[in-house]
Amino acid sequence: MSNLAVELPGLSLKNPIMPASGCFGFGREYSNFYDLSRLGAVIIKAATGEARFGNATPRVAETASGMLNAIGLQNPGVEKIIAEQLPFFRNYDTPIIANVAGSTIEEYELVAEAISNSPDIAAIELNISCPNVKEGGVQFGTDPVLASEVTRRVKAKSKVPVYVKLSPNVTNIVDIATAVEAAGADGLSMINTLTGMQIDLNARKPILANKIGGLSGPAIKPVAIRMIYQVKQHVSIPIIGMGGITTAEDVLEFLLAGSSAVAIGTANFQNPLICPEIIEALPAVLKKYGFSSIQDAIGKGHEHATANISRT
Amino acid sequence: MITKSIVKIEQINEIALDTIEMKLKTPISLEEVNPGQFIHVRIGSDHAHQLRRPISIADLDKVNQIMTIVFKIVGSGTEILARAKVGEELDVLLPCGTGYPIDKLEVPKALLIGGGIGVPPLYYLAKQLVEKGTEVTAILGFQAKEHVFYEEKFKALGNCHVVTNDGSYGHQGFVTDVIDIESPEFDYFFSCGPTPMLRAVSTKLENSNGYISLEERMGCGVGTCFACVIPVPGSATDYKKICSDGPVFEASEVAL
Ligand SMILES: Cc1cc2nc3c(=O)[nH]c(=O)nc-3n(C[C@H](O)[C@H](O)[C@H](O)COP(=O)(O)OP(=O)(O)OC[C@H]3O[C@@H](n4cnc5c(N)ncnc54)[C@H](O)[C@@H]3O)c2cc1C
Ligand SMILES: Cc1cc2nc3c(=O)[nH]c(=O)nc-3n(C[C@H](O)[C@H](O)[C@H](O)COP(=O)(O)O)c2cc1C
Ligand code: FES
Repeated sequence: MSNLAVELPGLSLKNPIMPASGCFGFGREYSNFYDLSRLGAVIIKAATGEARFGNATPRVAETASGMLNAIGLQNPGVEKIIAEQLPFFRNYDTPIIANVAGSTIEEYELVAEAISNSPDIAAIELNISCPNVKEGGVQFGTDPVLASEVTRRVKAKSKVPVYVKLSPNVTNIVDIATAVEAAGADGLSMINTLTGMQIDLNARKPILANKIGGLSGPAIKPVAIRMIYQVKQHVSIPIIGMGGITTAEDVLEFLLAGSSAVAIGTANFQNPLICPEIIEALPAVLKKYGFSSIQDAIGKGHEHATANISRT
Repeated sequence: MITKSIVKIEQINEIALDTIEMKLKTPISLEEVNPGQFIHVRIGSDHAHQLRRPISIADLDKVNQIMTIVFKIVGSGTEILARAKVGEELDVLLPCGTGYPIDKLEVPKALLIGGGIGVPPLYYLAKQLVEKGTEVTAILGFQAKEHVFYEEKFKALGNCHVVTNDGSYGHQGFVTDVIDIESPEFDYFFSCGPTPMLRAVSTKLENSNGYISLEERMGCGVGTCFACVIPVPGSATDYKKICSDGPVFEASEVAL
């Protein structure tokens, strides 16, 4: 086994690197740039019950070391994704994680059941954290009671392990994390985007048509590291970490904070080859910092902690 | 197929107010590149700019693998690009999007309508059309005299009318005013420019065959992020992606 390999519920990863949901479509475009079999896994774009058009344009804006997006979960609906998008991945030796979204608990259940029945899916990433839709999404991710309810019900319908994707737009991330662990989540995925806004000086109005969007990119990395570090001290299920990763050193930092694997989002836009480049660079970075394997590094940032940091 | 390439800046000229023409030498063949396609340019090499910038291909020298782009300095990204020096390298995705499908069209007479930075992609289109034997009439709209560029280049290929919003050069008004005054004959129109201009042109030429090239803020530039979608008329959920299905569309194909 390569020293980059990691075993997680439902996922045998040859390396801990996967493209993040919404930043990689359904894989086709980036398959022109490199062999998708090199990736640890692929997290595909969110699926909802019916097709959704999403928000009005402009939907993206650049910010200092980051970007705002308000795509609004545009997707062709779960049935079309299963029929038209998933078979493409059979050309590759890479586990696929389906990002599941909905406006109601029933929609989450329906999508999770349908997509987890597909033989092409290894795990579900339950998206209770999208800031860009009016109903559902983040409302489930900011209330521990709703978060545990949707987790419990989706777990009951899903044939594959469920990783719950947490929103950073909360005062106490540990409360949400422990609630979804208690509800049966197999793992956590964190973090989704932080809500943000940007105003055009000339037009004197917000740049995004939706006004508010989700902030991602290197600008949010310290927030992600802090939240993963905090949550790691209170849960025993594995964490897939994400938020502003652009280098193999960033990956190691996420591992030390307590992630078992990582996802890379916005950086794909700046460099479509970012995932394979990081995979290539990881062994040397592990070695440089004295680690023999990925497994060896996970959570090691906590070893010298004398006391838990505060919960908020 | 799109590739990530490192291109070398061969020449930089300021051709109008805040308007830069750059010639870029590419390591890859440009044989398959069509008029209307664009490059997606990385700004700097650090974290400061997370998004690339789409810039149209304005001209091609396929033999020497040299590509010309023309861009206007409007914000931080184009400002940094404009400060680059001859000999420096740029990281680009190339070629992006679909171009004008002129190989599939019979076009005895073409009307080209460009506005501001919508003018550059029409130049390589005009050259390709003329090579096919098409008679080209161009209407180029700018804000004011100091913004005008490429008039001579278009004149060398056919008829060319320049219009400025303030009347400081050429006709006064909008490109659509020139269509009224000149009522040029054409089989197809090809237009690129700001969305309000494209809307006015498509409305005026509603009964003609035409292609328009659209702009939208982009995330990936290759079709993965759904930042750049435009609705298809008559459907609540159908869409086209400007970066990969476009930026060139049949005028009747998209709802502006
Ligand atoms: C397909 C296509 C082809 C283009 N071709 C040309 C060209 O040949 N010459 C030229 O001068 N300009 C062209 N543009 C517009 C050019 O991309 C923008 O002017 C440029 O991105 C502005 O970047 P900035 O950093 O200077 O501006 P800022 O306002 O600082 O940019 C901030 C963000 O907004 C985006 N943005 C701002 N304005 C636009 C715009 N008009 N269209 C799309 N994104 C925008 C930027 O990409 C960036 O993400 C084209 C746009 C598209 C979509
Ligand atoms: C354009 C865009 C679209 C996204 N779409 C989704 C989505 O559909 N579902 C989801 O769970 N997260 C979505 N995200 C969030 C990312 O998966 C990721 O959690 C976040 O961007 C932080 O990582 P990054 O800083 O590496 O981009 C999206 C992010 C971006 C930038
Ligand atoms: S810019 Fe990402 S899909 Fe067009």
